[in-house]
Amino acid sequence: GIIERDETPMEKEIAHLHQADFEFSDIFYFCRKGFEAIVEDEVTQRFSSEELVSWNLLTRTNVNFHYVSLRLTVVWVIGVVVRYCFLLPLRITLAAIGITSMIVGTTMVGQLPNSSVKNYLSEVVHLTCSRILVRALSGTIRYHNKENKPQKGGICVANHTSPIDAIILTNDGCYAMVGQVHGGLMGVIQRATVKACPHVWFERSEIKDRHLVTKRLKEHVVDKNKLPILIFPEGTCINNTSVMMFKKGSFEIGGTIYPVAIKYDPQFGDAFWNSSKYNIVSYLLRIMTSWAIVCNVWYMPPMVREEGEDAVQFANRVRSAIARQGGLTELPWDGGLKRAKVKDTFKEEQQKNYSKMLVRNGSIG
Amino acid sequence: GNIGMLICVSVVSFTSVSHSQITRLYSRFTSLDKGENGTLSREDFQRIPELAINPLGDRIINAFFPEGEDQVNFRGFMRTLAHFRPIEDNEKSKDQNGPEPLNSRSNKLHFAFRLYDLDKDDKISRDELLQVLRMMVGVNISDEQLGSIADRTIQEADQDGDSAISFAEFVKVLEKVDVEQKMSIRFLH
Repeated sequence: GIIERDETPMEKEIAHLHQADFEFSDIFYFCRKGFEAIVEDEVTQRFSSEELVSWNLLTRTNVNFHYVSLRLTVVWVIGVVVRYCFLLPLRITLAAIGITSMIVGTTMVGQLPNSSVKNYLSEVVHLTCSRILVRALSGTIRYHNKENKPQKGGICVANHTSPIDAIILTNDGCYAMVGQVHGGLMGVIQRATVKACPHVWFERSEIKDRHLVTKRLKEHVVDKNKLPILIFPEGTCINNTSVMMFKKGSFEIGGTIYPVAIKYDPQFGDAFWNSSKYNIVSYLLRIMTSWAIVCNVWYMPPMVREEGEDAVQFANRVRSAIARQGGLTELPWDGGLKRAKVKDTFKEEQQKNYSKMLVRNGSIG
Repeated sequence: GNIGMLICVSVVSFTSVSHSQITRLYSRFTSLDKGENGTLSREDFQRIPELAINPLGDRIINAFFPEGEDQVNFRGFMRTLAHFRPIEDNEKSKDQNGPEPLNSRSNKLHFAFRLYDLDKDDKISRDELLQVLRMMVGVNISDEQLGSIADRTIQEADQDGDSAISFAEFVKVLEKVDVEQKMSIRFLH
């Protein structure tokens, strides 16, 4: 961080010198909190890439580093040549092969009648193509605690940093994806894969209907032969330093939750997709011209909703577990703040707390 | 680039902020500047959630915009932030005969005074105090109660009997408060 943040609670900061209820100095607390937020706040920094401690020879992470020496510049130029002229064409070729195989393979498997053979072949196709795509990104993934891998009929939840999170996970297992139907190449892939394997794709209009979404997911989960569904409850990409509020919808479906924590190593390449700054194509290009994508994946023991626990509490419990495992901070803020304004209820809460102090100290009738 | 250097030099002169701190604050300034035109608008500030939920958020944002303006450039941004530098940093600066630094006790108090003084007439009237109180308590305290709080506060601080608080009276009321500590932000490096 940039500044020393004072975490003294309001009650102690505004401790009044005498029994008065209000003092002119009361605004100092709000004033300082406001300026601290202007210089550095907990939320907006999560929607931009993490700063590195030492430079990794990529200009994109060169925010605070200065020109050091000619030798370093030469090394950097060599790095650029290697990345753009050697690695990039290789990776684009692999990605093309991976995507084509996925579309062709799943379409072919989709022609077969439903049977265990079809399921087996579908898994083979998905796994193989996933592995090709991970190679295309020079992905180096370490999976921990494989004994906790998500089982059929369960729900896998993970923290979200990038669209490639899904590929990172499907590299090691088969999941039923959940998501919105897209157009273009993505739409072609979605239509092809759903023939081979029961992924859950929603139309844009259906996504707005929460009950419909929950119903469809419930139907999927009830069938213990179906692959575990993969959900990212934050709802948006965060920069992998923290976990924001989980949307409770995924935790109302029932069934067993298999939490997974994904932590990328930013030294080799920044996996975070800043969707307000880059579109998907420039994002993929940036990924493919990094050194590598290195990450750790922790499978965690399954969790179920306990007696007397509501969906929100359950969601927070799962979130804490994931944050602790991945070494991420937990924030009580909604990922939707990337785009939307914060709710007034938070301000009203602060006003209420301050009012309590005034009434308590003073002699107001 | 070159413009960056010019800004840095001029900013250093009136804030005595270190070079690395300026770089980080400039980086922060540009990340808040969504329109990418080198200035911040009020909306840019309101996009910071922790500031948007601050009961005095609007008054704080207002402090950055001089009379009638809707945009603040980096120089203005730093000028306002400079009020919050810790006072002990002034001992390091060599210029003892120059103008009073922005983060002196007196200037910090003046900054707080301006937060109350809504119409900028160098007096805090009962009305202005009521408005600021209302911002801080929201809907939780009735008009009568708030009115009596305002009356009592002004009565205690008002020395010349004009039912308003001048800057001198404001300073007197706060003479025992550790303004330096409460109105300072410390940088980690």
